[in-house]
Amino acid sequence: MTVSDPDSLLAPEEVAHAIAALGSLTEERDVDAWRTEHLGRKSRLMASLRALGGIDRSRRAAVGRLLNEAKTRLGDALAAKQADLKARRTQDLAALDVSLPGRPLPAGGLHPITRTERAVVAAFGSMGFHVIEGPEVELEYYNFEALRIPADHPARDAMDTFYLDGPEGAAPLLLRTHTSPNQIRYMERHEPPIRLIAPGRTYRNEATDATHEWMITQTEVLAVDRGLTLAHLKGALYEFARHLFGEDREIRFRCDYFPFVEPGVEVSISSPDGWIEILGAGMVHPEILANMGYDPEIYTGFAAGLGVERIAMLRHGIRDIRRFYENDLRFLRQF
Amino acid sequence: MRVPLRWLETMVPLPEDVEALAHRLTLAGLEVTNIERTGGDWDRVVVGRVLEVRPHPDADRLRLVTVEKGGEHQTVVCGASNVAAGQDIAFAPEGAMLTDPRTGDLRRLKKTRIRGVVSGGMVCSEAELGLSAEHEGILVLDTSRPPGTPLRDVLGDRVYVFDLTPNRADALSVLGVAREVAALTGAPLTPPDVSTPRPGSAIEGRASVEIADPDLCRRFTLALIEDVEIAPSPAWMQERLTAAGMRPINNLVDITNYVMLELGQPVHAFDYDTVRDHHIIVRRAAAGETLTTLDGKIHELSPERLVIADPGGAIALAGVMGGLDTEITDSTRNILLEVANFEPASVRRTARAFDLLSDAARRFAWGLPPELPPVASARVCRLLAEYAGGRVAEGMVDSWPVREPGVRIRLRRSRIPQVLGMEIPRPAVRAALGGLGFEVEEDEETLEVGVPYWRRDVRVPDDLVEEVARIAGYDDLPAAPLAGAIPHHPPIPARDLRERVRDLAAEAALYEVQTYSLLSDADLAAVTPPEMRAAPLLKVRNPLGEARDTLRTSLRPGILRAAARNLARGARAVRLFEVGKSYHPASGSDDGRPEEREAAVGLVVGVRVDRFGSPTETGLDFFDTKATLEHVLAGLRITPDFRPAAAFGLLEGRTAEISVAGSAVGVLGQVHPETAAVFGVGQDAFLWELDLTALLEAAPGMTEPPAAVPLPRHPSAVEDFALLVGPDVLAQDVVREALGHPLVVEARVFDDYLLEGSGAPGEAGRARRSLGVSVRYQARNRTLNENDIAKVRRTILKRFKANHGAVVRERA
Repeated sequence: MTVSDPDSLLAPEEVAHAIAALGSLTEERDVDAWRTEHLGRKSRLMASLRALGGIDRSRRAAVGRLLNEAKTRLGDALAAKQADLKARRTQDLAALDVSLPGRPLPAGGLHPITRTERAVVAAFGSMGFHVIEGPEVELEYYNFEALRIPADHPARDAMDTFYLDGPEGAAPLLLRTHTSPNQIRYMERHEPPIRLIAPGRTYRNEATDATHEWMITQTEVLAVDRGLTLAHLKGALYEFARHLFGEDREIRFRCDYFPFVEPGVEVSISSPDGWIEILGAGMVHPEILANMGYDPEIYTGFAAGLGVERIAMLRHGIRDIRRFYENDLRFLRQF
Repeated sequence: MRVPLRWLETMVPLPEDVEALAHRLTLAGLEVTNIERTGGDWDRVVVGRVLEVRPHPDADRLRLVTVEKGGEHQTVVCGASNVAAGQDIAFAPEGAMLTDPRTGDLRRLKKTRIRGVVSGGMVCSEAELGLSAEHEGILVLDTSRPPGTPLRDVLGDRVYVFDLTPNRADALSVLGVAREVAALTGAPLTPPDVSTPRPGSAIEGRASVEIADPDLCRRFTLALIEDVEIAPSPAWMQERLTAAGMRPINNLVDITNYVMLELGQPVHAFDYDTVRDHHIIVRRAAAGETLTTLDGKIHELSPERLVIADPGGAIALAGVMGGLDTEITDSTRNILLEVANFEPASVRRTARAFDLLSDAARRFAWGLPPELPPVASARVCRLLAEYAGGRVAEGMVDSWPVREPGVRIRLRRSRIPQVLGMEIPRPAVRAALGGLGFEVEEDEETLEVGVPYWRRDVRVPDDLVEEVARIAGYDDLPAAPLAGAIPHHPPIPARDLRERVRDLAAEAALYEVQTYSLLSDADLAAVTPPEMRAAPLLKVRNPLGEARDTLRTSLRPGILRAAARNLARGARAVRLFEVGKSYHPASGSDDGRPEEREAAVGLVVGVRVDRFGSPTETGLDFFDTKATLEHVLAGLRITPDFRPAAAFGLLEGRTAEISVAGSAVGVLGQVHPETAAVFGVGQDAFLWELDLTALLEAAPGMTEPPAAVPLPRHPSAVEDFALLVGPDVLAQDVVREALGHPLVVEARVFDDYLLEGSGAPGEAGRARRSLGVSVRYQARNRTLNENDIAKVRRTILKRFKANHGAVVRERA
């Protein structure tokens, strides 16, 4: 092609022809080839444009206008074709039934006792209580005597105890009936201030029913410091109740008896169904503080014992405590 | 304990709203668990007086009875033979609700015509009032209330049912509850009359007591009541006893029970004429001595037991139960009345040993004041004189060897807010203590408080703080935020590890179970190697049953049973884990306590599911299970070593020992079908077990926060090898070999298949295998070129061959 030859310049019929050819294309790669042929660097159009400078000055403007018009038409046709192809590409996909389930992922989960224990630990943790743990197989001293429950004390009637077989004459071993031995074990080795929480399994030798289980998870709470009062116990339990049961909960105390606290209280929280008893608590008995080497005139403390199952039952509306240790997956999957 | 309100009312006026009072008692520490109604509602039934009884004109066995009922008269037909003029009876007019004696249902009384006579009402039997099955005769009332009075004001009662705490022996009595009511409401208290009516001749010389063991018997009194006549006790006493849960017997028995309930002090009546020499000895039993108690049982005694004896031998088990020989009978004329105080622990031990947890034993075991016996004795004497025609001998035999001084407590006023965190106004303090019977002397700083004898639970100043708080009520107690320094938080690595393992196992799609710490020894034997079964187990001396008499030494039985139960309920894939303690006798511990070790166990059994979650034919296998364990260990940043091993209860060839840094920390394998069957699992089951205590020792820093490694800045190259390996080669060792080169940053198996023989991929030691291993080369400080990589390749291939006999089959 000779660029100076005006007859070799792109003719309008050729443009129409090219556009018609484009219309019949359906594959992306054919469209790409078309673009190279008609709009690429080596296309007749581009060559014509490059040759424009060589033609007669009097015709140059008219030819230039024609060529640019052709370029615009080809470019528009290409853009329309590409848009059409793009639309076609997504239109032609087979439609999914979007309501079908996803591919199953195997699921696992934590036991509701674990979850609830963690929630209790976190609630008290936010108030600076830290976790300690103690043995489940205990000596009578820690489970009873150091807690002001001597042998043949009637308070033992409420704590039917599993004893282990042991050699004659050795100190009897038992399965702890509550987590309160942790109080003594910790105070023996530490000085105030104390803020601890001690979760763990406890055992009572009693028949099971919907509200009684012979093995339960308890959590002991203990704080000893200068100036602690029953009002601080109420404050801490109020905060705990808000953590576990939500805002707008109230705390009520009623007088109760545990040999290792004075005063002793049974604690209820408000609920839409009325007051619900959730735990026993009180001020650490001054004799115990004195036995631990703390001056009860200077230091005071509070203690509480929570049943984790009871709290889990209230949080989740579980009606039968025996569900926890049946480990039915239909139950476990609900949490 | 049950307290009928009509009885309580005799000692203290009750407010109108008895439910509100029950609530206040509960908040103050005397928990009312229930308010029972005795008798029925008896809508419209009133007291009526029989004015006239005439025969029915057309029926021999029926009568026409005219009844006055509050100003008006009515004549009704009655079939009972015991109806008579002058009686006060329960009259039901038309429309009253009555019990149908045949069905027990309530129905409304309708007007009927009986043999031609219209009857618009009914004279009721006990059955029609729902009081008993008795419907032969009508109920004759013993009342001073006028005709027209609603029946429920005459019969029936409301009863507070208490669940008391064992510090409050004083409240195990109507008087004790009345004292609380008086303190809470400010109403005056009227204690029962204990004055002695016209005494007869002196008791002196006619009865005597000797306390041989004063450590077990703190006080012993005897009274003598002569010429009693046995008869039913008065109706009001029977009603009160019945409402309180006791069966009326006769006046003598009823009066002793009545006084126990009224004052809280058990008393015991001997037939005076059967007590030899009229002499009582309170002593420890002789070894081998026997006693037949009132219930007819023969007990062999030992010196641990305190008995009441006469010169001929034991006649009662002190504080627990009387003896048969000296029992009150219909021919009893003279009563020797014992009212005593025994050491609580001794009574509790004896009562439990003989399984005789009587109302009396419970009161003694809770601890009674030695000041109470003369009061109760006088009360019994008064009632016997009044209701059994007895003559009370003047005076009382009273042995009280060691008299305790009264308790006085000095309470600093400032202690009240120091303990409670709130001030209680002085008048409220005074009112609370005064109302409860404490004597208070006070000045600006202190209260000097005398404790009444019946409050043996109040001994230290903080006890008084509680008394004040519980009567004033805790409702005004503020909720104070905790202030002050937060104490040091020492870490507990064992807990951190346990909780981390729980999270990781749950992430690995296992559900957590929690199973009982106590199992049967048969369960444990099934998972214990025979040579270890002789080792002592931790047995419970007083178990709930054989299935739960041994502390677990393994978590396997619990999780296998949990899996079996779920499979039995139709679960197709069961993936479980438990983290918990196992318990092992410790020979070396200072205090004899066993070692409590932390363990984790995972269990996988069942089939895989397809894309829609439907069960497939493919079973969950060893490697499904291993993946869960690997997830846990990877999360702990532990690189474990898996070696073929033999372990009891697991299938050989499908069992690996897991070790970390050279220490064994657990096992992974297929549960032996015989073991699985013991626990009811009939499918291929796979488990892993980690000894967390050992793991913590082997890898102590695993719960520390990980240190970040800078990302590589130079490109890496990957090369795959197909290696021909011998039967005993472990893939893990080949991979580790590659990783041993400093320029190899990653090596993993991507393929594994057998070239000949049988068996399935992954089962080492069966046949020659082709092992595909993919290796990634990378340097931290430069881009590796072809020459660098060729050098590394040569080195690792040489080591593959030299150390594992592995040669390249083809190179991708």
